[in-house]
Amino acid sequence: MAKTNSNGHIGNGSSNRKTGTIVLKRALPAMLKGGVIMDVVNAEQAKIAEDAGACAVMALERVPSDIRKDGGVARMSDPQLIIEIIEAVSIPVMAKARIGHFVEAQILEELGVDCVDESEVLTMADEENHIDKNKFAIPFVCGARNLGEALRRISEGAAMIRTKGEAGTGDVVEAVRHARAIFGAIRRLQTLAPEERYSFAKEIGAPIDLVNEVAELGSLPVVNFAAGGIATPADAALMMQLGVDGVFVGSGIFKSSDPAKRAAAIVKATTYYKDSAILAEVSRCLGDPMVGRSAKSLSESELLAVRGI
Amino acid sequence: MKNKLHIGVLALQGDFAEHIQKLQGLGCSTTEIRLADQLNNIDGLIIPGGESTTNAKLEAAVGKTPIFDAITKTAKQGLPIWGTCMGSILLAKDIEGSIQGRIGLMDITVRRNAFGPQRASAEILLSIPVIGEKIFPGIFIRAPLFIKAAKSVEVLSSIEEGFVMAREGNLLATAFHPEMTEDDRVHKYFLSIAREK
Repeated sequence: MAKTNSNGHIGNGSSNRKTGTIVLKRALPAMLKGGVIMDVVNAEQAKIAEDAGACAVMALERVPSDIRKDGGVARMSDPQLIIEIIEAVSIPVMAKARIGHFVEAQILEELGVDCVDESEVLTMADEENHIDKNKFAIPFVCGARNLGEALRRISEGAAMIRTKGEAGTGDVVEAVRHARAIFGAIRRLQTLAPEERYSFAKEIGAPIDLVNEVAELGSLPVVNFAAGGIATPADAALMMQLGVDGVFVGSGIFKSSDPAKRAAAIVKATTYYKDSAILAEVSRCLGDPMVGRSAKSLSESELLAVRGI
Repeated sequence: MKNKLHIGVLALQGDFAEHIQKLQGLGCSTTEIRLADQLNNIDGLIIPGGESTTNAKLEAAVGKTPIFDAITKTAKQGLPIWGTCMGSILLAKDIEGSIQGRIGLMDITVRRNAFGPQRASAEILLSIPVIGEKIFPGIFIRAPLFIKAAKSVEVLSSIEEGFVMAREGNLLATAFHPEMTEDDRVHKYFLSIAREK
C-alpha cells in the first residue's frame, strides 16, 4: 500500500506532484462514463471485450453464474491471470476483492490494477466491516441497493458506486429496483428542508455531511453505474435511461452464444441509449442470450445483494 | 463577434458531461454529439476524456456516416477542436506503437498510458504562460504524453517527461483534464480560439 506523506497525500513525488488523492480516485471512474465494463476471467476474454469496445474489464475468478452453479468459496483471481489481463489490453483493468478482505485489495493494488471492486459476488471475508478504502491510492467501486448503502460505502472511501442487482441471473429486475431506490431517495431528499435532513440521514444510516452534499448536488458525489443481471442491449439502455452513468455486464456476455457480437451490441446500446432506431438495429440476430434464472426463483441463501449492507 | 458560442462535445463515451457543465458556466450553449449530422452549426468541438479504443469502435454507428471522417472534414474547414486526454490521442497523427483507430489531424506523437496504471495518475501543477502566470492544476488520469511535435505545433506546457499541451492552428490538445478542476482558464482559452474563427 502507498505511504501517506507529510502533506497528507498518499504517494510520493516532488512537491508539485501528488498521487492517490481523492480527486484522482474519483476522476478515473468519470472517464468510464457512458461505457460498458465487462467481466472477464482470462486474457483471451479481456481482448475480446476490448475489441468489442469495453471501456474497462473486470477480472474475477469465475463469472457470477458459475459461482452460483458451482458453489464453494469465491475469491480474488490468481494474480498471474490478472497480470496476463493487464498485459493483454490497453483499457483500465479492475479486479474483484472479497468484502472486508483488505489484503486481497493490497495485492491487487500492488499488481497495478486501476480499480478494485469490493464485491458481494465473492464470498464475504468480513461480515461486519468493509475495507477502509481511504487508505488506498487506487479507487474502489462498491455495490449498493439504496442511497444509505451507497453513502456508507462512499464514506469508507468508495470512489464509484454500482447497483448490486442480482449478479449471475440475467434478470435485470433487481438492478432496476436498486437504481430506482437510489434516484428516488435523492429526489425525495431534495424536497426536504435543511433541518429535516438529519432525521433522513438517521433513517437511511448515512453520514449527514454526505446527505447534505447529495441534496446540494442532486446526485451522488461519485460516478454511479448499473450492475447485476444486465444481459441484452435493451437492458443496458434501460439502465441508462433510468439515469445511471454506465453499465457493468458480467455473465451476460461470456455466457451467451456469441460473446463478441453481443458485447459490441451492448456497447453501442449504452452510447445510443435514447435512439430506438439504433437500439432496434443492434439488438438483431445476437444469438441466444445467457439462459439465466429469474431473481424471484432464488432462495434466500442464494441472494448476493444482501451481502455487505 | 458572436456573443454566444455554440460548442459541441463528442458524447460517444467519456466525461462529456463535465465539459458541458463548464461550458454552460461560461455562457455557451452546448450539444452532445453522437452522430455526424450533429456537427453542423457548432463554433467549436471538444473531444473529452474516455477510452480511445471504445470511441474508435463507436464512431461508425450502425448505418451512419463515420463520425471521425465528418470531424476531419469540419476540421479542415477550420472548426476549432480541443481534445483532452483521450481526445488528444484521437487527434494525434501518430500513436506510439499502435494502429488503433483515430481522427489523426495533429502533427504530434502521443504515448498512451505514459504514466502507468492508475496508482501513477497524478495532480501536477503546470505552468501555461498562454493562460496567465498563475499555475494551473493539471489532473492526469492514466494520461498520455506528447513526445514529438512537428514545427507547425506550438508547445504550450511541458513537464519533465514530455509536453502536455499543444496547439496547431485550430487544433488544441491537452494530456490533462481541465474539466475536472475549478479553474476555467483553459476552457476560456479554447473559447477565445473559437471566437477568432
